[in-house]
Amino acid sequence: MNTKDIVYIALFAALIAVLGVFPPITVPVIGVPITAQSMGVMLAGALAGAKRGGLAVVLFLLLVAVGLPLLSGGRGGVGVFFGASAGFLFAYPLAAVIIGSLFERNATLPTWPVAFAYVTLGGILFLYAIGIPWIAVVANIPLSKAAIGSIAYIPGDLIKAGLTVAITLGVRRAYPAH
Amino acid sequence: MHDLYRPGNSLFHRMHAGHKVLCLVFAGSTIFLVSNLITLIAALVMITFCYRLAGLSLSDAYQQLRPVVVVLLLILIVQGLIHSWTLGFTVIARFAFLLLAAGLLTLTTRVSDMITTIESNLHWLRPIGVNPGKVSLAISLTLRFIPVMRRVTTEVREAQKVRGLERNLPALAIPVITRMLKMSDDISDALDARGYDPH
Amino acid sequence: MIDITDVDLKYGDRTILKNLSLRLTEKRIGIVGSNGSGKSSFARLLNGLVLPDQGQVLVDGIDTAKNAKAVRRKVGFVFQNPDNQIVMPIVEEDLAFGLKNRGLSKAEQAVKIDAILKHYDLDEHRNHPAHLLSGGQKQLLAIAGVLVMQPSYVVMDEPTTLLDLRNTMRISRAIDALEQPVIIVTHDLDLLSDFDRVIAFDQGRILADDTPSAALKTYITAMTHA
Repeated sequence: MNTKDIVYIALFAALIAVLGVFPPITVPVIGVPITAQSMGVMLAGALAGAKRGGLAVVLFLLLVAVGLPLLSGGRGGVGVFFGASAGFLFAYPLAAVIIGSLFERNATLPTWPVAFAYVTLGGILFLYAIGIPWIAVVANIPLSKAAIGSIAYIPGDLIKAGLTVAITLGVRRAYPAH
Repeated sequence: MHDLYRPGNSLFHRMHAGHKVLCLVFAGSTIFLVSNLITLIAALVMITFCYRLAGLSLSDAYQQLRPVVVVLLLILIVQGLIHSWTLGFTVIARFAFLLLAAGLLTLTTRVSDMITTIESNLHWLRPIGVNPGKVSLAISLTLRFIPVMRRVTTEVREAQKVRGLERNLPALAIPVITRMLKMSDDISDALDARGYDPH
Repeated sequence: MIDITDVDLKYGDRTILKNLSLRLTEKRIGIVGSNGSGKSSFARLLNGLVLPDQGQVLVDGIDTAKNAKAVRRKVGFVFQNPDNQIVMPIVEEDLAFGLKNRGLSKAEQAVKIDAILKHYDLDEHRNHPAHLLSGGQKQLLAIAGVLVMQPSYVVMDEPTTLLDLRNTMRISRAIDALEQPVIIVTHDLDLLSDFDRVIAFDQGRILADDTPSAALKTYITAMTHA
């Protein structure tokens, strides 16, 4: 790992933290608050790549664990990893790795729909595949009940995936990777 | 940066951060072996008493649970309807205990002490390829980047407001991230220029 | 002494510097040139941040391409934007950063840090977060972070571009007080008036290499008529 890897890992850990400061937006019909933070995980994978992005998320979670209030809503400390939905947090690093590996498959920038598929695969499908069974196991409730409780978050996550793609393609055009 | 630490001089404040983490790991694992509701409630009372010992208030304890109260109630209801109410209370009592124990650690331990503890124990991870010096540098750089990125965001937001783009997230995020990437490349040059050698 | 012999530098297929040979011996040397003239790349050549595609750069006889680490010990580098140079969250920690990398003990670090903080009037800020310093203080901290390492040469890339007049004067005084030879890339021609030598670049070549007044005159004339 070279100096640039370390700096990029720190930068994207900071980006995820800063996105936690944005106040959550509550979508009127669904009534579920959307936070910008999980978009940071998607961006880390899409922009920093599998290795740097994945380690950036690990570093972010480490800083949360030691007590910095960096999770959206000013939460932090070890406790957040004991909540019912902690599975999502534990799945974050691998979600960034998946998105990063998919983006790294092509030498050139993917088209909008392809990029959207990548982000959705790692940042939504994979996260839910870990997070929902986790809730079911730790809360000792049936999988179906855990899944129903999570459906309301899907529209917000799709919006975030779309924004991630718009931002990633924009940044990559303004500042090509080197 | 603000952390969640509450200054104090109690037994918990004075305990070594590493030992507190070990206690938490021990308590957290043990609690899953307990399935008797009465014992769990006793554990809850005990951990709440520990908050008093640490000079913290009951409201501090409640603050640890507040973000998840709705979720806990939902779990209780689902459990109660499907299985039994006793099981429901058992499950949420365990959660509450874990959250309170973890909260106690966070409220009585400085972030800098936690980071020092992590850094001095990182050599255990050398066999799996973790370089302690690199992790320390990454932690410091992140803490340095967060305020800078907030300031850059404010600057870009003002500039976009003038152009009527303040509600357009990509129009805000693209210039901020681009500037931060450029800055990262420069910082990486600066680290090299200042003789940083991670080996 | 810094010796540059037959250096070519390219980024992709764009030529930045072409067949450049220079010997730098003076105590204070200024480098001027329009944006994209190759002057920032020139500065980065001097401490091995950028390596030549052809030719060689020798710092006191050490080849930058062969032993970049030894060269970086000799040549301190101050960047245009101090935010990009300050790497640690706290003023004191940032000054300790380079010293720690060099393997100095805590006590040795403390002695050097105390001295440099006093010298640059940053003593009261030693435990402050670096991001709360003013622009001028940040640039002073960046310079202090380089000088605390006691380099044999100091290279600065537009150190005053982001500063107001008052802070430019402060930096200018700090430059005047330096013991070691300095090479400064700048757009601020006033900064160079009492320098020993000024080199003007244009499109990767040397346009003028003379005393400040003569070189700046050639440079200004060329830019006005371009």
